[in-house]
Amino acid sequence: MEFKGKDIISIKDFSKEELLYILSIAKKIEKNPDPNLLKTKIASLLFFEPSTRTRLSFSSAMKRLGGNTIGFAQGEVSSIKKGETLWDTIKMAEQYSDVIVMRHPLEGAARLAADAATIPVINAGDGANQHPTQTLLDLYTIQKEKGKLENLNVGFLGDLKYGRTVHSLAIALSHFKAKMFFISPTALKMPKHYLTELKQKKIKFTEVRDLSKVSKQIDVLYATRIQKERFPDQLEYEKYKNAFRLDKSTLDISKKDMIIMHPLPRVGEIDPELDDTKNAVYFKQAGNGIPVRQALLSLVLGKIQ
Amino acid sequence: MKQGSKKELKVPAIKDGTVIDHIPSRVTFKVMRILDLREFNQAISVALNLKSKALGKKGIIKVGNRFLTQDEVNKIAILAPKATVNIIKDYEVKEKINVDLPDEIHNIIKCSNPKCITNNEKVKTSFSILSKTPLQALCNHCERVMEAKDITLI
Repeated sequence: MEFKGKDIISIKDFSKEELLYILSIAKKIEKNPDPNLLKTKIASLLFFEPSTRTRLSFSSAMKRLGGNTIGFAQGEVSSIKKGETLWDTIKMAEQYSDVIVMRHPLEGAARLAADAATIPVINAGDGANQHPTQTLLDLYTIQKEKGKLENLNVGFLGDLKYGRTVHSLAIALSHFKAKMFFISPTALKMPKHYLTELKQKKIKFTEVRDLSKVSKQIDVLYATRIQKERFPDQLEYEKYKNAFRLDKSTLDISKKDMIIMHPLPRVGEIDPELDDTKNAVYFKQAGNGIPVRQALLSLVLGKIQ
Repeated sequence: MKQGSKKELKVPAIKDGTVIDHIPSRVTFKVMRILDLREFNQAISVALNLKSKALGKKGIIKVGNRFLTQDEVNKIAILAPKATVNIIKDYEVKEKINVDLPDEIHNIIKCSNPKCITNNEKVKTSFSILSKTPLQALCNHCERVMEAKDITLI
């Protein structure tokens, strides 16, 4: 499978075989990392909006394989303040590096960057649109923890309307015959066009407002943050915020081996009392970002075939 | 138009060229822009606000000495899906081309997502047509799916 020079922009660009191949490379790297694999390679980390986890994870992934990074961590840098276009910033960055990793507040910015650049571009989040490396590390976590990706019952909990990680993961899991449970307040339901897409792919799903109605069936519970700013009415927010809170009582009504995932940061959706249980895998999930991003960087740089 | 016809011609007949009829009147000039006719240096006749049973008011464009191709005709499909395009040679209709929405359209419509990069930087838009009826167009940048009601022209 040829990945050299390829851009990683949207999870929709990948076939099932390609997804599995990337995960297999991540597994290999995690088992047997080569600290010199990306020696002499430089990644431009262009973060036009702040991000802690993703930026540090890419930086660590690069450095642990012997590579280097340059870049900036917010949009208030000189060139953007001066009004430089994204296109020009990318044309500049490609002179200085071998791969571009970019986060941008505007949707579609990553696709534009890929059009501008002659070197590979990895999308580290473009607005509310795509964040493919997050989806890949979610898949990697599920595969690692459950030993498979096929035929799992996956529950998505919380803000399903705006949560891009949920949208991308649902689409990715549709390759693996997952049965899906969408658990959310009515105001934050999964957007219709995603449900239509799932129907077209013959994926079985159920929409409910109450986790306890379906929790006994769930193998993987993917919780997300309900963001205060999404509610026009703060009373509405107060009403919902605790209805989607997980704690030890959740485990009493769930399968023993159910895993709890969360893209982080959490703001009260998961009680810290769950952190030490074997069901909680969200911190391991964040750690899985390293081998997955190492795999992607090595693949697009042509260092692993 | 054959000789002897009594029907009044709203726009002079052309000897050789292309006649685009049944354009919704309000998009006639946009059709001209999409087909790059404004810079074209041959005779062009344009009529607007003609009566039409199907469209209410329609426009007609007659372009002398230019023969539109199927690909060019398809570019106007999103604006004028009912347009009829006739290729004229020596005053006779030699070919009728039906407009057919292409799989991709470039730089004709805007993305309805205000946070899309194409609405914030000078970028050519690009859409994939997921479905023709009902119309569904996917922005190739931000991945928003638009329906007919969301579509505005550049």
